[in-house]
Amino acid sequence: MVELALPKNSVYGPGKVWPAPADAKFLTEFRIYRWNPDDGLNPQIDTYFVDRDDCGPMVLDALLYIKNKIDPTLTLRRSCREGICGSCAMNIDGQNTLACTKAIDDVKWPVKIFPLPHMPVVKDLVPDLTHFYAQHASIEPWLKTETPAPEKEWLQSPEDRAKLDGLYECILCACCSTSCPSYWWNGDRYLGPSALLQAYRWLIDSRDEGTGERLDDLEDPFRLYRCHTIMNCARACPKALNPAKAIAQIKNLMIARQA
Amino acid sequence: MAEAKTSPLPIEQRRPLSPHVQIYRWSATMAMSILHRVTGVALYAGTLLLTVYLFTAASGGVAFAQVSSFFGSPLGLAILFGYTFALMLHVCGGLRHAVWEAARGFDPVSRNLLAWGSLIGAVVLTALAWAGAYLL
Repeated sequence: MVELALPKNSVYGPGKVWPAPADAKFLTEFRIYRWNPDDGLNPQIDTYFVDRDDCGPMVLDALLYIKNKIDPTLTLRRSCREGICGSCAMNIDGQNTLACTKAIDDVKWPVKIFPLPHMPVVKDLVPDLTHFYAQHASIEPWLKTETPAPEKEWLQSPEDRAKLDGLYECILCACCSTSCPSYWWNGDRYLGPSALLQAYRWLIDSRDEGTGERLDDLEDPFRLYRCHTIMNCARACPKALNPAKAIAQIKNLMIARQA
Repeated sequence: MAEAKTSPLPIEQRRPLSPHVQIYRWSATMAMSILHRVTGVALYAGTLLLTVYLFTAASGGVAFAQVSSFFGSPLGLAILFGYTFALMLHVCGGLRHAVWEAARGFDPVSRNLLAWGSLIGAVVLTALAWAGAYLL
């Protein structure tokens, strides 16, 4: 359902303006979404000032600067700090991306940071991804075979292996799915760009023998066909993958099967 | 809101929904997608007007004269112009979608060219249609 307005408990307002660090020469302003499950208040936008001479170049560096030196209650997920774990996915300057690979100098100031859009918020910048992961599990992301297992490994030609390039690199950060208006309005039933890119990754794997049942499972007005090529997914992907194209290719597999 | 502290609701139901369309940065493909939907809906109304026009044209006489004079008035012309533009934008949007349905034109440059191209195409086609109508 299209619901443009936020529910009453989700409407955010201005929050606290934290004092700038003393003696700093180069300050950048950050406006960050805060929600604390324990205080019963609505979400707020807090303002922080980061001393850029004492901080690394990335948005994640600034968030950790704030957490370490200004406000230890600021809550976020992060792990690898090099764009491979997908933990620090969030909305920066109006676009979903990874805080660790987005340079502060590449976005508009003041830097506005929100959690991934249209998700239940656990705290501050941490969204609840339970449903997102369940959707990924639902496409059965593993090799399905019927022929007896070979003595060694399942072989694949270099050409067939190359078909997985641009698909297998997905890190499940959820930047794409939570950037998609179709997923915002119908995320309960639409699988979303991330799960569908993974579905295509198994559909075109030459070793996989579950193609028929995989397509049967996707043949549904909502699970697959809510993609309207809005393309926010491809624009958001921090690994430069193209879920929109993968979805178009699944649709073509459906047509090819009927012919 | 302080009572939320002792709210009987489980935490899963008290969680706020993070902002979405309020904060997301617009792109050409996003804008053209919603415009395709909007013009599709607008064309329902426009087609109704066309039906009225044809219906009264077939019945002739006073009704047709009234409808004709309405469509000749500034408001009528504005509606006709909007209808033409909506139609052309929807046609060009349809062509854009036909390309994408063939799984082509998904790279960053092509998809933006297709989005802007369909908008520019609609402007040009609308201008041509109206220039043609006035010249003929």
